[in-house]
Amino acid sequence: MRTHTTRRLLGTLAVVSALALTASACGSDTTDGAAGGPKDVEAALKKGGKVTVWAWEPTLKKVVEDFEKKYPKVDVELVNAGTGDKQYTALQNAMAAGSGAPDVAQVEYYALGQFAIGKSVEDLSSYGARKHGAGFTPGPWNAVTDDKAVYALPMDSGPMAFFYNKKVFDKHHIKVPTTWDEYVEAARTLHKADPKIFITNDTGDAGATTSLIWQAGGRPYKTDGTDVTVNFGDEGTKKYTATWQKLLAEKLVAPITSWSDAWYKGLADGSIATLSIGAWMPANLSSGVGSASGDWRVAPLPQWTKGDKASAENGGSSLAVPKAAKNKELAYAFTEFATTGAGASTRVAEGAFPATRADLESKAFLDTPFPYFGGQKANQVFAESANNVGTDWSYLPYQVYANSVFNDTVGKAYVSPTTLTDGLKAWQDASVKYGSDQGFTVNK
Amino acid sequence: MTTSLTTKAAAVAAEPTGADRATAPRATTSRRRKRPPHTPLRPRPSIPLTLVTGLVLVYTLLPLVWLVINATKDQNGLLNSFGLWFADDVNFWDNITRTLTYDDGVFVRWLLNTLLYVVAGAGGATVLAVLGGYALAKYNFPGRKAVFAVVLGAVAIPGTALAVPTFLMFSNMGLTNTPWAVIIPSLISPFGLYLMWVFATEAVPTELLEAARIDGSGELRTFFRIALPLLMPGTVTVLLFSMVATWNNYFLPLIMIKDPDWYPLTLGLNAWNAQAQTAGGEAVFDLIVTGSLLTIVPIVVVFLLLQRFWQSGLAAGSVKE
Repeated sequence: MRTHTTRRLLGTLAVVSALALTASACGSDTTDGAAGGPKDVEAALKKGGKVTVWAWEPTLKKVVEDFEKKYPKVDVELVNAGTGDKQYTALQNAMAAGSGAPDVAQVEYYALGQFAIGKSVEDLSSYGARKHGAGFTPGPWNAVTDDKAVYALPMDSGPMAFFYNKKVFDKHHIKVPTTWDEYVEAARTLHKADPKIFITNDTGDAGATTSLIWQAGGRPYKTDGTDVTVNFGDEGTKKYTATWQKLLAEKLVAPITSWSDAWYKGLADGSIATLSIGAWMPANLSSGVGSASGDWRVAPLPQWTKGDKASAENGGSSLAVPKAAKNKELAYAFTEFATTGAGASTRVAEGAFPATRADLESKAFLDTPFPYFGGQKANQVFAESANNVGTDWSYLPYQVYANSVFNDTVGKAYVSPTTLTDGLKAWQDASVKYGSDQGFTVNK
Repeated sequence: MTTSLTTKAAAVAAEPTGADRATAPRATTSRRRKRPPHTPLRPRPSIPLTLVTGLVLVYTLLPLVWLVINATKDQNGLLNSFGLWFADDVNFWDNITRTLTYDDGVFVRWLLNTLLYVVAGAGGATVLAVLGGYALAKYNFPGRKAVFAVVLGAVAIPGTALAVPTFLMFSNMGLTNTPWAVIIPSLISPFGLYLMWVFATEAVPTELLEAARIDGSGELRTFFRIALPLLMPGTVTVLLFSMVATWNNYFLPLIMIKDPDWYPLTLGLNAWNAQAQTAGGEAVFDLIVTGSLLTIVPIVVVFLLLQRFWQSGLAAGSVKE
């Protein structure tokens, strides 16, 4: 019975025929249990071969060099097949076409569910991936596993922190806000003192919104197999909308889209004064807005309740092995090398933010001064945030689709009199409808 | 080129109202006193027209000016200085060096790829269009009407609409992710074929071909020695069109090619741009601007060298004599 529902579900599921095709191919795949264990991986490494890796994470380049040096018979080809959902589309196209899929693919945590439920990524537990569980911080590890399988290995993480332009704050005598109410006050003061300055930018960003709801204690998504609940009416969400509605109504956030060149410009000239964003941001700041070096500092996120220490994850990605991979043993070997042990440390040294406890707790890591932040030991703030990430968060198994309609629904609250609450309700309705159409049992 | 064409066209339109007593500008009259009244070929200068064409000129050149100015700035200069003037320090040569060497000189690789696609794709498309257009214009054979209908229909279908079916087809043949996936579709240019057809009909007199045949020249020799030189302006026009189209091609390589080693410049620059949108990525806006400038240089050079042919090619067939 269970197989039947799964198959019906897969048959109709998500993102065009891509997953459907892989699913029907997998229907007859009975070799799962027999798929290689650790020994096969060793043998494959001795034998050598070629591994194609699709990833956009810049620090992997060094890892590939190290891997090839250690295993000279293995040839790793690192391909940037696009960033984020562009790469997922390419991946699904390749799976649908039946050729050209990589052996290893970078998949963000929010998107992994889509590939996991579509059974288009390999269960890595048969290769011995579970033994690494204790080595990762709980947030990322929970994001790549359920009780049945390990769908990927965590590559990095993005515990949130509050980045603020100290120069702007000092000039206008603003204290670093410790609560979101103080944050709203700071936004008002700043904008009043200089109408060109905004506390932050926001034109509607699904990742940022869900992360802040996460921090506020909201858990809008619950997933249990094919049973899905979407509810943006809980207390945490209400806390978020009440505060953010004030910022929108008083036009206190800059109408600039994150990652645009206008955004980089705003970060450089101080007109965007703060960012509440993942701990991977320092690399972007120092390469993108080098001229603001020394202006910025890092602090813990403002809190929804005074005295709390709540945090959330923002972004972060994993390495997964697609079912369509040609050389799965080698693919796993590379995935393991890049995400654990020396490979992980190499990537941290290159500027990635770790998902591994060993790196996160190492003294060298915690005591690294950041010249960009005026010598501040910013990793201590990030590491504390990583320990305070709220548990039990989960994304939808079709979050990529849901995020793609965020602007059609919640986005309206940014450009029209629609309230955030109504916008989130519309987003919820759209997610429920899509999920039901795909064969999930949503909100029942 | 836009400017000169606009001037001519507008001048012709303005002619009927042109009064004879209008004074010509001093610069021209001072050289030669005696001047015939204004004719369609030597129109009376008009201030509003000059203003309008001037505006068009500024509108056309502004992006280029912006590109050249900003190619002299580094990442900080781009973010901190006024867009239409220079930053404090000029990094032009440094930018070029870094563009060419960034990421192990991948830009040069992309440039060579683009050249390959243009030479093989656009060159091949031109050869096919010239041969096909000449054959359709000068030979009578059954099915000519059908070919005409198919070609006209093909002109109406945008390449973008065909890209996805083409991808699936190429994927079945195992050609995706290879240069063939870009070159083969570029070889087909319905518009070029149509243009050559019309051009050959007008430019190569059938009597001339008959004379050649009577003199004992074979069909191939007739084509290469007699028709081809007459077809030169049309050929260059088609070559320019397909070169520009292939050089700027974005969508086709985007879906066909995943391996950065085979990217053309358009995809490569886009990949650099996407870097800035990545957590932990490196923003290289300065290299993108400089790279864009380097990308348009070859196409500008080709235009300057070949534009004379293009103008006469565009006008071909527009006048019946």
